[in-house]
Amino acid sequence: MWYFVSPEIVFGEGALDALDELQGERALIVTDATLVDLGMVAEVQGRLEAAGLGVQVFAEVEPDPGLQTVRRGAEVAHEFQPDWIVGLGGGSPMDAAKAIWVLYERPDLHPAEINPFVHLGLRQKARLVTIPTTSGTGAEVTWGIVLTDAEEQRKMGLGNRENVADIAIVDPAMAAGMPPQLTADTGLDALTHAVEGYTCTWHTDVTDGLCVSAARLIFQYLPRAVADAHSAALRRGSGQGSGQGSDMEARERMHNAATCAGLGFGNAMASMAHAVGHVLGATFHVPHGRAVAISLPYTIEFAAREAPDRFAELAGLLGCSQAGGEQAARALAARIRDLCREVGNPISVAETGIERETYEAQLEKMVDDAFNDTQIITAARAPSYDELRQLFLYAYEGRPVDF
Amino acid sequence: MAFQFPSDEWIKELSRQLNESEAYEKSARDWEGDFVFVVEPDDEYDRSAYLFLGLYHGKSPAAQALESEDEREAEFVMRAPFTNWRKVIEGKLDPIQGMMTKKLRVQGNMMKVMRYPKAAKEIVTCCALVPTDFGD
Repeated sequence: MWYFVSPEIVFGEGALDALDELQGERALIVTDATLVDLGMVAEVQGRLEAAGLGVQVFAEVEPDPGLQTVRRGAEVAHEFQPDWIVGLGGGSPMDAAKAIWVLYERPDLHPAEINPFVHLGLRQKARLVTIPTTSGTGAEVTWGIVLTDAEEQRKMGLGNRENVADIAIVDPAMAAGMPPQLTADTGLDALTHAVEGYTCTWHTDVTDGLCVSAARLIFQYLPRAVADAHSAALRRGSGQGSGQGSDMEARERMHNAATCAGLGFGNAMASMAHAVGHVLGATFHVPHGRAVAISLPYTIEFAAREAPDRFAELAGLLGCSQAGGEQAARALAARIRDLCREVGNPISVAETGIERETYEAQLEKMVDDAFNDTQIITAARAPSYDELRQLFLYAYEGRPVDF
Repeated sequence: MAFQFPSDEWIKELSRQLNESEAYEKSARDWEGDFVFVVEPDDEYDRSAYLFLGLYHGKSPAAQALESEDEREAEFVMRAPFTNWRKVIEGKLDPIQGMMTKKLRVQGNMMKVMRYPKAAKEIVTCCALVPTDFGD
């Protein structure tokens, strides 16, 4: 027995028009300051107001949002009493919106109490709309919430099936202005979701197809989307454009791929690359997508020796290798590294600029945190503590895992 | 030799396996909280059984079968029908998924349990190391 949960998904060109039909009294937009500056909040706010809703904006969400931020957001919600919460942005604002919504509905809860084992009884006061402005996290369709405990430098995996959005609006225009690095990082995040959703021990028949479809789209369209972002940046640099991309096919297919991958892994699970990536993010502030994508090939190679089957199957479906077994799994890892290179991303921790001395000083805590990360329990091959430590060192150096 | 499940010998053998597991020790280094496992009757098992498992800082200092659920105080009580316990022990039901789908019902602070998913997994790994006789 298992579940598949999803919002109503409005996607494709013009999907933002769905806001025009929203019925209610008040909407609280949860977002970040950058999106205010870029005018994207004004676009959404204007549509909501045209639909007859009073709007308040909470734009204090930081990257890797912390417990204090969602508590402040919940206080704003209590004062404003919205019947819609609108999570607008990348994974951080959307996750913060989910947590703020839960705390608004259930002020008796501590954020850390948002877990999958309780009945929350949401939707008494408000419903949730998510609007992604990056093509990667899948947070618009997942119920997971990642918050950061700043005191412990630790990411907390929270969430409950009830806190999945009611409506996800996946409009490629909202992501068409992403700069090259953000396009690459978030696209590789989506790839990691697709690969881990397919290969984790919690994968299901219902989610497998979504993961394969997403992975195919990402291998095909991410290089084009990144190239488009470079072109747009050049045009803007020479005063000939606003920074918006022009290869809307690539942008749209990537936006859809991220949502497919979100549905896939969100209804299965992420796995060991996320456990390792979470630690790199929490310790050194490596952007999430970059961190998990660096980690992914190493975790595949680690699984390849003892549990290669799912990876080999995926490699075959993606045309990486028809060999089967460990060889095919390693071919998948190599193909992912090639894609990282193609879009200009690092394939080792050292390439992110972290000094080895600094890295090693944090090593024991990193291994400890990754070992106890929620996502590691679905790894196809469970690492011992020492193996995980070794993997962190290989990932630093860029050495393919051979143990 | 196979240990009958549920029984005093079975829970003591699980405790011994946990005490030999480095993976469990590392993942439950700070854990404090004993469990009572309640085995409920179903089509395959016709009575209730109660197993106490002491867990403290990565070790299992005590284990015994109980006469009743209240015989020893425990921070957590986990209950499920015999068949679901069997699925967990045989690795056919992931314990976290079991809790999410209410196949395993836990009384206690779930917030605390959620911080130690790896430890839960390692307990099940150790369960699989106990040669078990389910009375077939």
